[in-house]
Amino acid sequence: MGSQHLDFTANVTEALADRQLRANFKSALTGLMKKRVAVLPDEAERERMRDDAEAAKRNALAKLPELLERLERKCTENGIIVHWAETTAEANEIILGIMRSHDATKLVKGKSMVSEEMHLNHFLETHGIEALETDLGEFIIQLNHEPPSHIIVPAVHKNRQQVGRIFADNLEGIPYTDVVEELNAIARRTLREKFRTGHVGLSGVNFAVAETGTLVLVENEGNGRMCTTVPPVHVAVMGLEKVVESLSDLPPLLRLLTASATGQLVTTYVNCITSPRKEGERDGPKEIHLVILDNGRSKMLADAQLRRTLQCIRCGTCLNHCPVYIRIGGHAYGSVYPGPIGKILTPQIDGLADKGVLATASSLCNACEEVCPVRIPIPGIIRRMRTEAYDEKGDGVVKGHGAKKNLLETLVWKGWELTYRIPALNRFVVSMLGKFGDRLPNVGPLKAWTSVRTAPRFAPKSLHQLVKEEGIRHE
Amino acid sequence: MSSTARDRIFARLHAARTTVSPHVPQGGNWQAPMLDKAQRIELLKTRMETVRSEVHVVSEAEWPAKLLEVLKAREPKTLTYGHDAWFGGTLRSKVKGKGMPKLVPYGENVEAFRDELFGIDVGITSTLGGIAENGTLIVWPTPQEPRLLSLVPTVHVALLKADAIYSTLAEAMREMRWAEGMPTNALLISGPSKTADIEMTLAFGVHGPKELIVLVLE
Amino acid sequence: MAHTFTYPRDVKTVYYFGTCLVDMSFPQAGMAGIHLLRRAGVEVVFPQEQSCCGQPAYNSGFLEEARAVARAQIKAFSKADWPIVVPSGSCAGMMRHHYPEMFANDPEYFDVRKFSERIFELGDFLHNALHVQYKDKGKPVKVTWHSSCHAMREMGATAAAKALIGQLSNVELVEIEREYECCGFGGTFSIKQPEISAAMVADKVEDIRSTGASAILSGDCGCLMNIGGAMERAGVPVAPRHLAEFIWERING
Ligand code: SF4
Repeated sequence: MGSQHLDFTANVTEALADRQLRANFKSALTGLMKKRVAVLPDEAERERMRDDAEAAKRNALAKLPELLERLERKCTENGIIVHWAETTAEANEIILGIMRSHDATKLVKGKSMVSEEMHLNHFLETHGIEALETDLGEFIIQLNHEPPSHIIVPAVHKNRQQVGRIFADNLEGIPYTDVVEELNAIARRTLREKFRTGHVGLSGVNFAVAETGTLVLVENEGNGRMCTTVPPVHVAVMGLEKVVESLSDLPPLLRLLTASATGQLVTTYVNCITSPRKEGERDGPKEIHLVILDNGRSKMLADAQLRRTLQCIRCGTCLNHCPVYIRIGGHAYGSVYPGPIGKILTPQIDGLADKGVLATASSLCNACEEVCPVRIPIPGIIRRMRTEAYDEKGDGVVKGHGAKKNLLETLVWKGWELTYRIPALNRFVVSMLGKFGDRLPNVGPLKAWTSVRTAPRFAPKSLHQLVKEEGIRHE
Repeated sequence: MSSTARDRIFARLHAARTTVSPHVPQGGNWQAPMLDKAQRIELLKTRMETVRSEVHVVSEAEWPAKLLEVLKAREPKTLTYGHDAWFGGTLRSKVKGKGMPKLVPYGENVEAFRDELFGIDVGITSTLGGIAENGTLIVWPTPQEPRLLSLVPTVHVALLKADAIYSTLAEAMREMRWAEGMPTNALLISGPSKTADIEMTLAFGVHGPKELIVLVLE
Repeated sequence: MAHTFTYPRDVKTVYYFGTCLVDMSFPQAGMAGIHLLRRAGVEVVFPQEQSCCGQPAYNSGFLEEARAVARAQIKAFSKADWPIVVPSGSCAGMMRHHYPEMFANDPEYFDVRKFSERIFELGDFLHNALHVQYKDKGKPVKVTWHSSCHAMREMGATAAAKALIGQLSNVELVEIEREYECCGFGGTFSIKQPEISAAMVADKVEDIRSTGASAILSGDCGCLMNIGGAMERAGVPVAPRHLAEFIWERING
């Protein structure tokens, strides 16, 4: 999807017109917001956790090359085979190679946003390999040939009736039901069979601990444990920002990830994987591969502000709190990572020419920054994307910088600057608006404004004038 | 090709060093409270019950009877366990007779046992400890007690010694010296398998156990 | 990002930064703010060279233009080091928090920081620095409140505003359901993404309507222009009022 043209405006129009969609999002996300606060009730304690989580991630980024080398060394010592991929295409090829070397045709997948970023399923399918999503939400939307609309709850845009229909239409011998318990039971039956017979299991990684070479995965369903334990081969994929220095970094990170993602104190499973099956052990994969993906991340590291994007632990809470995401949902962004994190991550990966428009979809209300467990200054980076898109000074670093530069806007803002920098000009413009502002032609920005609002009014006398007339001291 | 990708990635990572001298804030600000033993048992129980685990605090002598009670209420047909687990002998001597499940030790490699395992009703495991703050079991599978015992059967019964319950995850990691050697697979288990992927409605047992029953041995 | 500020004591004189929007469209709200400050015994000085905080350009990707305009403001308020009071949480947030960011790599950084530390939001300043006390002379009325996102998240000014409203004995304050949520203004956001902005303000109007209040108060004219314009268009009979103007009317009967 990276190269695909994004018609954001059309997507937005379509999403806003879908009342069912908006209702599904609003009710689910409001629930998640409330649960988050309920599980983190003490604000002072929450802030202390955030201090630690932020420190752990920023420390890891500050030492990134050393920690990745250490992770690689430790994993290798432990018997995990480490691969490096600069691009998603390389990562896909690596995984295909692993599948082929085992004559494997069935991949069972735990939830992994990086594999979405790679469009791995599609890639493998074109090579005759079945890639089956086993997280319930992912399974639902895969059956319906859709991408996830949320990074934590991928099928949040579907209600139970819609899920019932998807199951009835796509699974053999399954009658329609909209009882959640029954839907879960159907998924259990179908998927346990797949775990039993899968050739290779794939997973993401939540945290990779350099100290011990341990891959930490959190989940509630148990499908991740299935994928990483039952098949003889396990492939883990991760972005290179997932490394943390030591095990002692984990407690605050795990607590906040879980609280922010689903409003729980802890997930059912924290699955720490350090080696393939050892001599004498009766289960677990005999072979583990770790694929570490760059795809633009190392470039972000080179900029003090942009590198903070890499602190993200993919908890999804910025989506839940975003007034824009709540209304348009995940698909409208036309990108793997929607919502606030997507607005800063996607333009950096795919470039401002294609995806810079995402950065305009923010009122800069700061709700995301207020809740982000690792305190990523998302609004500041959104502003940065906007600045890079015009790149006035020509010192931009983000791919596609300057892509939105155009004469009209340049002139408009130049005029704005003069109006507000030069007091005499400011007085003149404001007094003209006071006299004639109500007769401005209803075109351009004014037309956009008045589509749902009455036109702004201009006062006959400005505050500057009133102050003088009332004899308020002025300089 | 992979090694050249590695070189190029590392070249960029090292180069970033020269452009940014990052500020790293101080960590170590948050700690969950430390509790005494009674509090630890109590909190673990409360936390686990909130996510629908069943927790019974019993004496060392009582646990087999409690287990039989738990089994009787569910009438499972089969039960799997590690033959050489510390409680293996007790199981073999107590779990027998009418209404009791057939004992199927996890005695082979998964390749040979998998199909049978997926049909088994109950799996029993020991645990290495518990964590009160989150209501969590620490399970490090071993050759004697493989990983899938706690995942594939419909019901997971875990035996937890009360003395091994820590206040916090950080304390458990420190006291158990995790950093000095992690096992093949270390698990933290805090309830039965669950999901809320459909309309945020909580449902249990989506892939793994539908029930988690913990016997805390005092 | 909510902050606790150190408030000046024994304030005798303050500067007033009116904001561009108040200047053009809501000068009465601006005057009401000045009146409230003077009523608290403080002399108010209004530099005529002031114009706009620069936020529109800053948020739209035109950093150089924003910096040029910001410099002009810093200069306009440089003759004395009095506190600078702003009848807008959004503009106050810009000058308090974003000016130092904009000039982080410039030699004038430390001067900019000193300037920024003098910035206060009006309601916050009245309550926490001047400790004003009001006696309500108006008829019983039911109102509701909307915080601009930056008044709430950058200036932490919501509690002060509510405390001031709470002093008015005949005013009943009913809170809207999703008070924490943006009204959809966002400056140029409302014209770059008009449909999303429209959906946001429509929901906000609905929340306001369902309180049954006769007025919606806010400390930010940007939000009031957005919400008020949408209510007027939709025929919702709730009056948008700046907090300062509302209080000034209530205490003068
Ligand atoms: S940016 Fe922050 S809030 Fe958003 S997903 Fe990442 S960690 Fe979570």
